[in-house]
Amino acid sequence: MTDYLYYPGCSMESSAKAYEASVEAVCGPLGINLKEIDDWNCCGATEYLSLDTTPAYSLIARNLALAEEQANGTRTLLAACSACYLNLSKADHYMHEDKAFGKKINEALAAGGLHYDPGQLVIRHLLDVMFNEVGLDKIKEKVVKPLTGLRVASYIGCMVPRPDYNKHVSDTEHPYELDDLLKALGAEVIDFPLKTACCGGHMTQIGPDTAFELIRRLISAADEYKADALVALCPMCQMNLDAFQGQMNGYFHTNYHIPILFFTQLMGIAFGKNPEDLGFGSELVSAHEAMKRIGIQTPEPVPAKPVAKKPTGLPMPPPRVRAVQQTTGNEEAS
Amino acid sequence: MSAEEKKPKERVGVYVCHCGTNIAGVVNVGEVSKWASDNLSDEGVVVARDYKFMCSSLGQELIQKDIKEQKLTRVVVAACSPHLHEKTFRNACKGADLNPYLCELVSIREQDSWVHTDKIAATEKAKAIISGGVARVIHHEPLEPLHVPIHPATLIVGGGIAGIQAALEIADAGFPVYLVEREPSIGGHMAQFDKTFPTLDCSACILTPKMVDVGNHKNITMLTYSEVQKVDGYVGNFAVTIKKRARYIKTEDCTGCGICWEKCPKKVIDDHFEAGLGYRKAVYTPFPQAVPKYPVIDDINCTYFVKGTCKACEKFCPTNAIDFNQKDEILTVEVGNIILATGWDLFDARRVPNYGYGRLANVFTNMEFERLSNSAGPTGGNIVLRDGKTTPKSVGIVHCVGSRDKNYNNYCSAICCMQSLKFAHLVHEKTGATVYNFYIDIRTPAKAYDEFYQRIIEEGTLFVRGKVAEITDAARNPGEEGKLIVQVEDTLVGKQRRIPVDMVILSAGLEPRYDSKALAKTFGISCSADGWFIERHPKLDPVATMTEGVYIAGCVQGPKDIPASVVQGAAAAARILGKIQQKEIALEPVRATINEEQCSGCRICNTLCPFNAILFHEDRMVSEVNPALCQGCGTCVAACPAGAIAGTGFSNEQILSQIDGLLLLNLNKKEAVPAVLPQV
Amino acid sequence: MTEPVIVSDPPSAGPVKHEDLKLLQEVILRTPGDPGLEMCIQCGTCGGSCPSASAMDHTPRAIFAMLRAGMREDVMKSNTPWMCVSCYYCTVRCPQEIHITDVMYTLKNMSLESKVGGNSTASDFSKTFISLVENYGRSFEIGLAGFHNVKHFITRLPSMTPMAIGMLTKKGMSPFPPKRIKGMDQLKKILKRAKELEAV
Repeated sequence: MTDYLYYPGCSMESSAKAYEASVEAVCGPLGINLKEIDDWNCCGATEYLSLDTTPAYSLIARNLALAEEQANGTRTLLAACSACYLNLSKADHYMHEDKAFGKKINEALAAGGLHYDPGQLVIRHLLDVMFNEVGLDKIKEKVVKPLTGLRVASYIGCMVPRPDYNKHVSDTEHPYELDDLLKALGAEVIDFPLKTACCGGHMTQIGPDTAFELIRRLISAADEYKADALVALCPMCQMNLDAFQGQMNGYFHTNYHIPILFFTQLMGIAFGKNPEDLGFGSELVSAHEAMKRIGIQTPEPVPAKPVAKKPTGLPMPPPRVRAVQQTTGNEEAS
Repeated sequence: MSAEEKKPKERVGVYVCHCGTNIAGVVNVGEVSKWASDNLSDEGVVVARDYKFMCSSLGQELIQKDIKEQKLTRVVVAACSPHLHEKTFRNACKGADLNPYLCELVSIREQDSWVHTDKIAATEKAKAIISGGVARVIHHEPLEPLHVPIHPATLIVGGGIAGIQAALEIADAGFPVYLVEREPSIGGHMAQFDKTFPTLDCSACILTPKMVDVGNHKNITMLTYSEVQKVDGYVGNFAVTIKKRARYIKTEDCTGCGICWEKCPKKVIDDHFEAGLGYRKAVYTPFPQAVPKYPVIDDINCTYFVKGTCKACEKFCPTNAIDFNQKDEILTVEVGNIILATGWDLFDARRVPNYGYGRLANVFTNMEFERLSNSAGPTGGNIVLRDGKTTPKSVGIVHCVGSRDKNYNNYCSAICCMQSLKFAHLVHEKTGATVYNFYIDIRTPAKAYDEFYQRIIEEGTLFVRGKVAEITDAARNPGEEGKLIVQVEDTLVGKQRRIPVDMVILSAGLEPRYDSKALAKTFGISCSADGWFIERHPKLDPVATMTEGVYIAGCVQGPKDIPASVVQGAAAAARILGKIQQKEIALEPVRATINEEQCSGCRICNTLCPFNAILFHEDRMVSEVNPALCQGCGTCVAACPAGAIAGTGFSNEQILSQIDGLLLLNLNKKEAVPAVLPQV
Repeated sequence: MTEPVIVSDPPSAGPVKHEDLKLLQEVILRTPGDPGLEMCIQCGTCGGSCPSASAMDHTPRAIFAMLRAGMREDVMKSNTPWMCVSCYYCTVRCPQEIHITDVMYTLKNMSLESKVGGNSTASDFSKTFISLVENYGRSFEIGLAGFHNVKHFITRLPSMTPMAIGMLTKKGMSPFPPKRIKGMDQLKKILKRAKELEAV
């Protein structure tokens, strides 16, 4: 077992309980021992940074200071939520790069009797640790129920590959880590062109029209690629694409049904875990049909009746059928 | 320096240059020259003057007049860097019958006025620098330059248009040239192009006559499929080791009939000449007009070399010119001068993930497009999509791919604007498609270039000012179905636009050759952080390098178009012809010498010497400096643990006195210590 | 920052005050690290990359030009920073390596201080979010969404009902606030000090 400091983040205990359950279920078998930081606080998401720079960074830095205090020889601080991961990494990065700024944040921390030495912790996302530390070989060893026949779109979103201060991820726009991991589980992974596009972030709350459009882009693309499910690694992405899919359908008069799962949920299935223990059934767009295709029974969906809503603006086109791209096979030019 | 030695032996003149306001704007030159005459008289200074431009003929005459009238035995000029005017002032002294090496140029411009803003401190620093120069110059000795003969032959590395031009200029003047080319044929990138801007004449039509001239020239020895391995010697007398790769063709028997490549069963993607868009055989010439006409057998792909059987080419060759047993040859040539014209590599557009090259079939690079549009190319000049048949109805051309971008290359690749305009014309002319040019700035600053831009606007090309953010096939509406969507902010409108097109051409930038750093090392020259070779002076000496006898021409010095490459090729040739005409060259006498008695044979200096000028005598276990190779840099002098190496022009005495002088220790006067230490 | 530098801003087309010519520098100084904003070449990579560009009244590039021009009021009133979704596409693609997303955060800070601008929906959401965090030490997703949507999107509530039910039943989210963290006092002290430092 390898110890990792662990920052779960607020969503893990409310909207992303499925993520929390499945993370716990798969980390053990892979030798990841999560040491949750005692008394961590919210990272402030993108909201505090918008209001007040110094308090925002101080809020994040309290977690870093606590983690450093509780480190006990462990240097890696793990987060599973993309926004939490980025905020922790951002605070560490700027406190390190901008010495005066780091001093200011430590001055604020000192009011609470805390201190953080920037650069002390290595902040990493769970996917990065799974891929680069645990490794696909070890993950493959644990697979007892390959996901053969399940066609998935792997969706990384924004904050893990970008800005990626410490260059942990293979590419800012088309990283391969999640694709390879899902392939290792036996799933059929489509080459999803929007794999690092935006899920809408907080726009569901402040500009729903924009948010619905961003959600539609992702869902319609996954549908067009005939994906059975879209696999996410961030509570916010999962929430936007899952919980708001119904409203988006209402807004555009579409009828997409793409279940949004956390990658750890699929890892759990492949490792032979019980779907209930992995949070299956908590998704609003049910994964029941998708999982049934590979012989996994997950809770039946409760049919939810979408509330009819008068269209605003012009009607949207129906989902499109993708034209097949012809290639001659020699596009590998020098 | 002790007090009893105070009686000065030498008569020193100090000359402080204003350099207009370059120096005088920061340094109080009047005060400095007065200080020198007041305070350095014990050191031997008998006259100190300041003048607006010391390098002008009036300034030089001032020095010469003093040498004669004041009987000066030493001269210190405080002005710009020795790189610029050391020769000027040495010659001025020589003109007044003073040995030129008794003149010392100290820099109060590059090392003082240009790097400081505090005028008082800069003035104090100028005094210290001059004091150091005076202390040093006293220990100078008269030196005589070494004269060595110049070998009349020239080595040109790189057979692109710059190298070809240089070769023809020198050969036409009657001197021998060795033209080394890595590829099987000369011609370089220009041979791949379709049309050339702004006149739109066919690239091959204007290039191939020159290639033929090179091939037929009695003074040019072509060494194609060859690479330089090692360079020994020095200006006038280089010995260059060249590896001539086995062609597996007996060139004396081969007629270039082409039966071998017709019969060869092995088809290979030609990722070089055809930019990956076409095929060649395992035995091939890169293109029909190749010079020399002889093919090569690509031993990595040839079935015989891979599997041990085939030899189809050998069976069908009418003149028995195939020789599978040929080996690489190593040959050495002696030359007096060298021109490096090794050109450029194309930026790998796959590095820009948001442009989708390599992932999206109908995103092409500029080199792919050149081949696509070239009537001798894989599609016979038909501009079609990757499926090989569909003519695009709309084409987007993206400028600045990998250029002017800190994520990739920070410099402007110089040719892409004109090239992209040319592409717009070719697409328009051949397909009638709607053409978009996505640019940040249009840069057309040469003769007839902006007129060409006007012409392209008139033809109806649509210009969108904005750096393309991404190219995607993820459609958002039916109008985008099956298209590539170019997403960009139209900065002149201030709105994001998504423009669906059938084909995208990326104007990928120019990069230094992947092995340019190694090449620079082989030839003892330097390259910039980007990898382009550094010229002796960016304005006044753009084709010479800091290494005597090694010249650069074409894109190896930085991105440039065909006319500029030709100019540089000719310029380098002219420089070399001038040297050859002189028949001998005077080398700087500033050299290191090793005292064999003191040398312990540790060989530390051997590896440190940046010019490979130190050889080791195994028999006597001592090192020796080759005076013709030594550039007088002083590295070995400083490194020798036994203190066995002395330098003419940089003896310990000279260096230590200069340091003392800089610190004003030699003045023994408290008030002479600078009041304000300059902030460095 | 105690007071906004300018009390009354010039009208958009009116003369620009001398102090406003330092606006760009002010933004740079208020952003952690070196955002490199002065290096903008107006290429539009940011505006082209932005997923919410269509909802913005000015593209980010235009905002940067306006900062240079000292058009303080226009920038402070703009909704552009508030529409930023923090996707960081602009930041990684910018050929001048400008930390654009960070600059957007700074502009949001400044817009709130200026009192002329901001997007009330967006800034209210941030404020509500943070007031909950300042109270409990953790975020309270259901409470936040409920409070915020009742205030700003009351007409949309019917269409949200199924989702809200799903959140409570399927996702098992608690309708009650989270338990306060143990170090709530400590956190409050830190944030109080941070706010004082921010105002310096």
